[in-house]
Amino acid sequence: MAMLEAKNVSMYFGELAALQNINLSVEKGEILGLIGPNGAGKTTFFNCVTGFLNATRGDISFNGQNITRLGPHRICHLGICRTFQIVQSFHEMTVLENIMMGAFCRHATTRASTVWAEEVLEIAGLKDKRDQIAGSLTLADQKRIELARTIATQPALVLLDEVMAGLNPTETDEAVELIRKIHAMGLTLIVVEHVMEVIMDISQRIAVFDSGELIVEGPPERVVRDERVIKAYLGEDYHA
Amino acid sequence: MQTTKHFFITLGCVLLAVAVAPLVVANIHFQHLLIMLLLYTTLSQAWNLIGGYAGQVSFGHAVFFGIGAYAAMAPLNQWGLTPWAGMAIGAVISVIVAVVIGVPVFRLKGHYFAISTFAVAEVVKELFSNWKWVDGPIGLDAPVLQEGFYNFMFYKTKMPYLYVTLAFFLVVMVLTFHMERSRMGYYFRAIKQRPEAAQAMGVNISRYKQYAFMMSALFTAICGAFYAMYILHIEPATVLSLDISMKIVLVTALGGAGSLWGPLLGAMILIPLQEYSRIWLGGTGMGIDLIVLGLLIMLICIFEPKGIVGILQRLTRRKG
Repeated sequence: MAMLEAKNVSMYFGELAALQNINLSVEKGEILGLIGPNGAGKTTFFNCVTGFLNATRGDISFNGQNITRLGPHRICHLGICRTFQIVQSFHEMTVLENIMMGAFCRHATTRASTVWAEEVLEIAGLKDKRDQIAGSLTLADQKRIELARTIATQPALVLLDEVMAGLNPTETDEAVELIRKIHAMGLTLIVVEHVMEVIMDISQRIAVFDSGELIVEGPPERVVRDERVIKAYLGEDYHA
Repeated sequence: MQTTKHFFITLGCVLLAVAVAPLVVANIHFQHLLIMLLLYTTLSQAWNLIGGYAGQVSFGHAVFFGIGAYAAMAPLNQWGLTPWAGMAIGAVISVIVAVVIGVPVFRLKGHYFAISTFAVAEVVKELFSNWKWVDGPIGLDAPVLQEGFYNFMFYKTKMPYLYVTLAFFLVVMVLTFHMERSRMGYYFRAIKQRPEAAQAMGVNISRYKQYAFMMSALFTAICGAFYAMYILHIEPATVLSLDISMKIVLVTALGGAGSLWGPLLGAMILIPLQEYSRIWLGGTGMGIDLIVLGLLIMLICIFEPKGIVGILQRLTRRKG
C-alpha cells in the first residue's frame, strides 16, 4: 500500500480547474519531485493534501486512511507536515521557539518540547542562532527554520514547497544537504522545486504538472527527455 | 521573556506598594484611584488574553462586563442572593456567551471577529435597556444591606474593595504568567503571527481562539460583578457601553498588547488621567481623559506599536 494516495483529485475555484483528475501515489521512503510551470497546481496539490483546501472531487488517503476532508491540524497530527512557498516563520519568536511550536505537536509540556527542539536545532544546524528572533534572520535561515520546525512535528511525510527559491548557490547546497539528512532519518518527502539540477539530483521519481494536470511521471532521466515536459516548459515554438 | 524569579519579585513589589500605599496616604480619592487602577489592569489583562496574545481584537468586552455586573446586582436585588454567587453565575453566563459568539465567528478569517463583537455589544445593550426585570435603561441600585463580605457591602471604608481587587489582580497576573510560558501561550502567539503556519504545526486555531475568548470573558465578568458591588449602581449606559469596551482596548494597546506588564503600565497612565480629570474638572472635564488618551494612542501607533512595554524594552536594550 502506498503511503499517500491521491485518486482523481480535482480542485475547482469557481469555474477554474486548478487540479484535474490527479492520480498520484507516494511510497514510503521515497523522494518525489514535483515540477511544472508557474500556476501548474503544485501548491494547490499541497494545500489539498495538507487540508488547507478540500478537494472538490476525488480522495486522498494517507496510510490507508481517508484524509480528504480533514483540517490541517488533524493532518499534522497524523504525520504529514509542510513548509510554505512564501516564508511563514513565526517572525516575533526566537529560532528555538519556532521549533518548539513544531515540537508541541507531540509534547504537551514546555520542558519536553524544549528538549526535543534543542535536538532538532542540532540536526538543522541552527544551534548558534538559537536565541535570535526569526524575523531578523536571512531568507535562507528562515527557510531552514521552517524545515526544522516541520521535522519537529515528527512527521512521516514532509511536503517541501520551494525551500530553495531565492537562495544563493552555497545556501542551496546547504539546503540540499539538510534535505538528504532528513530523508536519511527515514522520512518520506515530496519536493516542489524550480531549481532543476537540484530536483533531478535528489528525487527518485518526478511528477510533472501542467495547467492542473499530471502530464508525466517517472524517473528523472526519463522525465527530462519527455517531449510533453519540454513543451510545457518551453512552449510549442521551441519544441523541436 | 521574563524569568520566573524576576516576575515574582516584580509582582511582589507591586503588591506590597499597593497594599501599603493607602495606609500611608489615608486619602479616600487615592484609595479609589488604586481600586480603579487594579480593576482596569485586571480587565485589560483579561482582554489581553484574546486581543493581545491571540491577536483577536474584541471591541465588545462590555458585554461580559455588563453580564457580570447584572448577574451580581439583579439576584441580590430580587432575592438577596450573595453577590459572590452572582459573580459566579455571571462568569458562567459570560463563558457561554463567548462560546456562542466564538463558534461561528472563529471559523472566519480577517476582521469578522472584531466586527461581530461590536455588533453583539450593541445588541446586548439594547436588550438590557428594554428588559423590565432589570429596570431597563434606569438600571439597578444596590439595596442597603448589612455590611460585610457576605453581602459584599462596606460603607465606612474602601479598603476591603482594594484588597479584593488586589486578589483578582494577583490571580490574573499569575495565571497569565503561566499561560505565557505554557503550550497554550505559544499557540496564542503563533495564531497571532502566522495562523496558517500554526495550523500546519497541528494547532486547532479556532479551538485555541475559543479558549482565549472564554478565559477572557470569565475574568471580565468577574470584574464587572466587582464594579457593580463597588459603585452600587449599574445601568446599560455605563456597564454595557462602548466606552467600557474601548477603554479596555486602549489601556492594553497603550501599555503593550500581548505583554505581561502592558495592562498595568497602560492603566497607570489612563486611570490617574481619568480620575483626576474628573476630580479637578468635574462634569465639564468629561472626555478630556479620552482626548489625551486618543493622542497617546496615535503616538503609540506611529512610533511604538508595542506600547510602553516596547519603549521600555528599547531603553533597556540600549543600556545593555
